[in-house]
Amino acid sequence: MDILYPITPVHYLVLSMFLFVMGLMGVLLRRNLLIIFMSIELMLSGANLAFITFAEAKNNMEGHVFVFMIITIAAAEAAVGLAIIIALFRNKDTVNADELNLMKW
Amino acid sequence: MVEAGFFYLFSLITVVSAVLVVTRRSPMISALYLILCFFSLAAIYVLLNAHFIAIIQVLVYAGAIMVLFLFVIMLLNLGDGLKGIGKITVSKVIGLFLALLVLGTSIRYLVEQGIVLPGEAALRAGRKYAEFGTIEHFGDILLKQYLLPFEIASVLLLVAIIGAVFMTKKKLD
Repeated sequence: MDILYPITPVHYLVLSMFLFVMGLMGVLLRRNLLIIFMSIELMLSGANLAFITFAEAKNNMEGHVFVFMIITIAAAEAAVGLAIIIALFRNKDTVNADELNLMKW
Repeated sequence: MVEAGFFYLFSLITVVSAVLVVTRRSPMISALYLILCFFSLAAIYVLLNAHFIAIIQVLVYAGAIMVLFLFVIMLLNLGDGLKGIGKITVSKVIGLFLALLVLGTSIRYLVEQGIVLPGEAALRAGRKYAEFGTIEHFGDILLKQYLLPFEIASVLLLVAIIGAVFMTKKKLD
């Protein structure tokens, strides 16, 4: 009960690490480009949660600005990345990362 | 006590939906669970007094970005995109091992090393401004101290728009 009850910033950090590692697993284990992309969004969310936790813990709102920037970057990344996936699918007819090995070696 | 209840409720939703995002076969179902994950994360941001970021999370992440994802998934006709999903390869085993290693070492560091953070009461007492997390204070910081990064971010978004339009053109000439 001692570990569970008073919610400290460490609890939020453990949650953010779990989100990050879940995203990492998605990137490493899944071969579907779209799911890899969504896993990257999960990793970004884990980083966001860590920023906001430290902003609250250190009583400093600059962490919120960084999260705002990360969300902006994520929007730009999603637009460009999905455009690349559409262009790839048009040319190769697949979104499987293992089949897109033209530039592998 | 109330905060703890909400924290465990929303972190449970977040964790379960994050696991489902990674494990579901169909990208469509993954995307829907990712939306659920973002909504519950927004609730957790509210618990951390980040009200503006919580709103942005719902509007931009769960709204705009995920709608884009859903449109693209529906646009691509993924008939045979599901093959080769259950195969266990050497790279997958190594990947799983590395991911669990990252999780284990980081949590062990946090719990044992014990990053010293102020407790709840000390935090409330030492609060510099009452308007922590409000749009007013956020805008104050963003548009004074971080004005240049803010403007550069707008240029980045413009570049992303042009790049996306250019790359999805039928014929590149």
